[in-house]
Amino acid sequence: MKILPSEITPYTNYLNRRKFIKSSIATSLVLGTSTGLQANHASNQNIYDNQLDENDSLNSFEEITTYNNFYEFGMGKTDPAENSGDFKPKPWSISLEGLINNPQVLDLEKLLQKVTIEDRVYRLRCVEAWSMVIPWQGFPLAEIIKMADPLSSAKFIQFVTVFRPEEMPGQKRRSLPWPYVEGLRIDEAMHPLTILSTGLYGHDLLNQSGAPLRLVVPWKYGFKSIKSISSIRFVDKQPDATWPMLAPSEYGFYSNVNNLVDHPRWSQGTERRIGEFKRRKTMMYNGYEEDVSHLYKGMDLKKYY
Amino acid sequence: MISSQLFKKIKPLIFFVIFLPSLIWCYQFINGSLGVNPIEKLMDNMGEMALRLIVLTLFISSLSEFKKFRFLIEVRRMIGLFAFFYVSCHFLIYIVLDHFFNMTFIIKDIIKRPFITFGFISFIFLTPLAITSPKIMLKKLGFKAWKKIHYLIYPASILSSVHFYMLVRANKIEPAIYIFLILVLLLYRLYYKIILPQLAR
Repeated sequence: MKILPSEITPYTNYLNRRKFIKSSIATSLVLGTSTGLQANHASNQNIYDNQLDENDSLNSFEEITTYNNFYEFGMGKTDPAENSGDFKPKPWSISLEGLINNPQVLDLEKLLQKVTIEDRVYRLRCVEAWSMVIPWQGFPLAEIIKMADPLSSAKFIQFVTVFRPEEMPGQKRRSLPWPYVEGLRIDEAMHPLTILSTGLYGHDLLNQSGAPLRLVVPWKYGFKSIKSISSIRFVDKQPDATWPMLAPSEYGFYSNVNNLVDHPRWSQGTERRIGEFKRRKTMMYNGYEEDVSHLYKGMDLKKYY
Repeated sequence: MISSQLFKKIKPLIFFVIFLPSLIWCYQFINGSLGVNPIEKLMDNMGEMALRLIVLTLFISSLSEFKKFRFLIEVRRMIGLFAFFYVSCHFLIYIVLDHFFNMTFIIKDIIKRPFITFGFISFIFLTPLAITSPKIMLKKLGFKAWKKIHYLIYPASILSSVHFYMLVRANKIEPAIYIFLILVLLLYRLYYKIILPQLAR
């Protein structure tokens, strides 16, 4: 199978996405008033379909919420769905720290009144060579960065997942060093494709999906998209990230989806789209090459994997 | 104490119990109740079952040296063959379901990724054990040659447990238990079968 040019998001589509953002004001009204999941499904289907790239179809809500890597709730794929019942995503606050003019603790409810929730249908590619297509709701990370007003010395951002071993049984074991941390370069963080998600399929994020607030960076392997974020730190040096700390030869800080640079354990050339039988070819930057390749111009992607 | 005679009678039951999981998983695979990534799940289940049975045969080999547990030897070949059955399922799923006969990709995968290399070599080592398992083969080959072939279980079992260890991303405790069990059983046998007889000479 060749990578069809049509599979890579054309720039016009990309511009169209901006248009959908406007229409999503209506969506957010629907979100605000509806109670069940079903009601939102129907009302948003057109928006999802419009944003879907050719050759993609949405994964089901069940697929998206029963097959997760979220080690805070256990290491099996179904553990997060089964063990996250005690987690309390409300009330929630996020602290903005580090090299910024406005360090503060944001109450999530208040924050959500200041931002516009948008629909974003993205492919998600896991480093384990499986993928999904997910209709997220969220807002650009850039919005929060503006509120923080970073100093010019802030070059990177580190994200931290909440540490609540009483509610997150996986954190009682030392499978990973807790809390989970991840990072982005500030230009990656400001990129319009980078969002903080609060929902999917018109439904508040379930605990296993990273409730109440998670990062989504669609051109990077899934583990970069850190879940249940409690703090956002602005720093001047490349920050620690959990997987690269644990196994630096396997996971890099950048971890951009790259079909040409293999992980020692998984070929990154192909992937299994959940729900499909035959593997697909993996696309450079997960199909978002036109949108993001300029961020890495001149970088040796074999070195900065 | 259980006599070999009595034990032979329940052999069909043991056969059924070991065979049953594969039937259940295939049924679940077809009817869609094996989760949202059923190919991965089926492959993992088959592989881990194979590893369990390999450990079980090693355990039986050591235990049956004792008079009390001699009867266990009655089922060793059957369990060994089932281990090979599950390994074969595991390998076939990898080729047919996971990569759908994409042989260039598979060959590259086997060469390039150490954990797949180890698993593949383990499969190659287990094949002659399965082929030479009938009693006729034992007669044809003679006990000494047959025994030598069957020493392949030592590297095969180590390789397959390391294969599992390397595959797992975090929580390496479970695969580490398999490696530990296999090493203990192999060292025990090495001591009693090879080192002690040498010393006794």
